[in-house]
Amino acid sequence: MLRGDFTQNMGRVFAIYIGGCLLCATILILLSLAGVPDRIIGIAFILLTVVFYASMGLLGRTAPVSDHYQVPALYNGMATAADWMSAASFIGLAGAIYAAGYDGLAFVLGWTGGYILVAVLLAPYLRKFGQFTVPDFLGVRYGGRLARMIGAAILVSVSFTYVVAQLYGTGIIAARFLGIDFSAGVFVGLAGILLCSLLGGLRALIWTQVAQYVVVITAYLIPVVVLSIKTTGLPLPQLMYGRALQGIAALSTDASLLPPSGLTDGVNFFGVAFCLMLGTASLPHVLSRFFATPSVREARLSVAWSLLFLFVLYSTAPAYAAFAKLEIISQAAGHNLTTTTGWIAEWSRIGLLTTGGGGSLSMADIHIDPDAIVLATPEIAGLPFVVAALVAAGVLAAAMSSADGLLLSIGKAVAHDIGSSLCTAKDRPERHGIVARTSMIIAGMLAAWFASTRPAGIVTVVGWAFSLAASGLFPALVLGIWWKRTTGPGAVAGMLAGWIICLGYILLVETGLCGSLFGVRDIAAGVFGVPVAFATTLIVSLCTRAPAPEMIDFIDSIRVPRGAVRPPKAGRTQIG
Amino acid sequence: MARGTPDTSPHYWRKTSQLMMTVLVLWFFISFGIPLASNFLNGFVLLGIPLGYFLTAFGTLVGFVILIFWYAHRQNRVDEDLHVAED
Repeated sequence: MLRGDFTQNMGRVFAIYIGGCLLCATILILLSLAGVPDRIIGIAFILLTVVFYASMGLLGRTAPVSDHYQVPALYNGMATAADWMSAASFIGLAGAIYAAGYDGLAFVLGWTGGYILVAVLLAPYLRKFGQFTVPDFLGVRYGGRLARMIGAAILVSVSFTYVVAQLYGTGIIAARFLGIDFSAGVFVGLAGILLCSLLGGLRALIWTQVAQYVVVITAYLIPVVVLSIKTTGLPLPQLMYGRALQGIAALSTDASLLPPSGLTDGVNFFGVAFCLMLGTASLPHVLSRFFATPSVREARLSVAWSLLFLFVLYSTAPAYAAFAKLEIISQAAGHNLTTTTGWIAEWSRIGLLTTGGGGSLSMADIHIDPDAIVLATPEIAGLPFVVAALVAAGVLAAAMSSADGLLLSIGKAVAHDIGSSLCTAKDRPERHGIVARTSMIIAGMLAAWFASTRPAGIVTVVGWAFSLAASGLFPALVLGIWWKRTTGPGAVAGMLAGWIICLGYILLVETGLCGSLFGVRDIAAGVFGVPVAFATTLIVSLCTRAPAPEMIDFIDSIRVPRGAVRPPKAGRTQIG
Repeated sequence: MARGTPDTSPHYWRKTSQLMMTVLVLWFFISFGIPLASNFLNGFVLLGIPLGYFLTAFGTLVGFVILIFWYAHRQNRVDEDLHVAED
């Protein structure tokens, strides 16, 4: 049923996806009106989401994989945005702003400003280069297996860390809506993700991601728009949350409980923003999106469209945080909250909320984990349970599609880049599939185990991934295009140095073996890794033999949109 | 060899680099300038939100979106003017 090119299929897939979602939602709303208990509705929502994804995966198997080079910029931008919106953006971001106030905005800045760097420094040139992955580029530009293998190893470490955060998010949802333990929830989430990935995954389905963007963003907007109408009468939360802020100020008896509305911790604010921006420009699963546009021109526009679509989410997060806080604070002020209040009891059970004192709880008695804010807000505000379940389904969709893409890129990197570089025998494609699938499952299990230990909140784990990506890959990618003198040994040394410094700092600070330097939190470890990587690349490049003329010719050819790419001989055998 | 290379390519690259620098300077100003001024700007209030907070949470994003579309437009025009755009 899915033959033909992207534009022919677009309408049909869109209709199937949106229609399917609407049908599911309608059935569940009718069930809840008919008096089916909330618990069953919650379980049904989760199951339907997983079944829905699995069947989209199966459907995708029959579809041609020829979507590459046919996707118009606007749709590619939308699909990139859908890919980008993970559990971190969806549930971590508003929670971080809720907890930290102004300093939480560093995440908003970091995750959007990075797209400028992608558009200006990388996307058009990677598109001109036209191969499929970041290690492919590193291998050709730096002439050898070593650069490609190290690039792939860094990619695996970044994707792995990012998957941990996604599984953490699915664990919270499974725990809350299936009524199970958090650790068990993480593994249930992994099982769902692996089921979908192995059944076919979403790799060919760029158009399902277009539809997914619509569904996920709707799930995010519904509760906050409803709250905005309730408080201010207008459905424009992004502009109207001033009313909520004033309400919070009026109700709060102790100003010290309110997070600051101005910059307090400049080092970490700018450190986090810097790492997230450079990390955004080095995240392999995002960059590979821009290899798939029809032209260099479309690649630039496609990055711009992605940012516009993400703008909807990121400009709403501060409003989400404000309205959530107003709800909680006004209920606490009205002495309506006790340890037996539904949502307080439920989130305490999962361990994302602790209460001090008994009887009527005040704002100071309720310690709610930032990662619970987005999911708990619909319940707290007393919206119908179906809204809470819808938000959960949105998070699940976001986390599943991100984790799916990341696990696939891990599998591909291990089989395609590391595996074939290690064994000198001829490529055996049938073994690639097995190696890829095995490494996906192993990486998934390890990530689930790590997530179940609750290493840190979602945004922190994601911050590590971005710091690692920025330190390991950003200098090699950018200098490879913008500085012809960069040599293979220089890039390899730079990648290793940046990555080791960054990973080392995170591990030392997390294990408590070393205090933080200059007060920099480990989430901003790239503040050390990136300069070290740049300096190492520069120095080693200048000390080694300048790139050959045919390499210079190759760089010239990817800098200019017109004409063919002229890969150097050494690199030619590396592609593929 | 395709038209546009190699004789026009140094010129093209100079133009492209200039545009890159311009965009990065604006990017730097938006990302770091506004937060630095936020405590001062918070003395003003817009729509009930302290101005520094509002500009960081909303203004920067609007700035980024405008900047990125402006860049795409300008760079695509440079490509066409110097005849190095794809056929």
